[in-house]
Amino acid sequence: MTGEIFVFGLFATLAVVAAGGVLVSRNSVYAAMNLVAAFFFLAGIYVLLVAHLIAFMQILVYAGAVMVLFLFVIMLLSIGDEHLVKERTKAMQLVGVLGAVGLAAVLGTAITEAGERTAEMPALPATFGTVKAVGNVLFTDYLLPFEATSLLLLVAIVGAVVVAKERI
Amino acid sequence: MVPLTWYLYLGAILFTIGLAGVLLKRNALIVMMSVELMLNAANLTFLAFARQFGNVSGHAVAFFVIAVAAAEASVGLAIIIAIYRTRGGINVDEVRALRE
Repeated sequence: MTGEIFVFGLFATLAVVAAGGVLVSRNSVYAAMNLVAAFFFLAGIYVLLVAHLIAFMQILVYAGAVMVLFLFVIMLLSIGDEHLVKERTKAMQLVGVLGAVGLAAVLGTAITEAGERTAEMPALPATFGTVKAVGNVLFTDYLLPFEATSLLLLVAIVGAVVVAKERI
Repeated sequence: MVPLTWYLYLGAILFTIGLAGVLLKRNALIVMMSVELMLNAANLTFLAFARQFGNVSGHAVAFFVIAVAAAEASVGLAIIIAIYRTRGGINVDEVRALRE
């Protein structure tokens, strides 16, 4: 049991550090690399939550496909004039920090209050989180959203081509 | 056993970091990365509750969130490329006109 807590602490700390790295890094490539690291550590947390399929898809789709897309765009734009990008005005930064701190305070109190009423996590059936169990739910209860997702991806493909191409 | 609230706190921290990135950064690419971070924090919360209640529906929703994030990234990056082509920069503060 202490092993689980140790693994959680390790992955959670590293994920937060990597997410903070996205925020503080000046170079877009460094930010993207930090984000890949954060996705990997989050996949570890997902495994801890017995979500093996989602953890696998996280690495495959996010750390694989989406981040390669990001890196392609970073290379394509070749923004070397990072120092030319002025920081936001002080007032805007202050408002941003206030918004983030306010959200953190609200979420923190809500979770603390909800935590007093939650029970210990129950034992799970051995099939929980497997491809079979998730697929079963996906193709019965969530069939319509699943089909809508395929339509959404088609629209996204066409939209990306139309927006990014100079002349159709 | 790691309690549910720890996962929720982790999700809240990651969501706040993502929100701070959206509010504070001016590079449109980093803003989009922060949005991805926020989506991941929401996913973590879904999976934590799925584990707590032993309900696989949370995994199905996380699956949809990943698909929507992929679509969002592709269209968003296409828009960033189009903005870069017409304006020569991707500073989100300078992109304020609906039509010019």
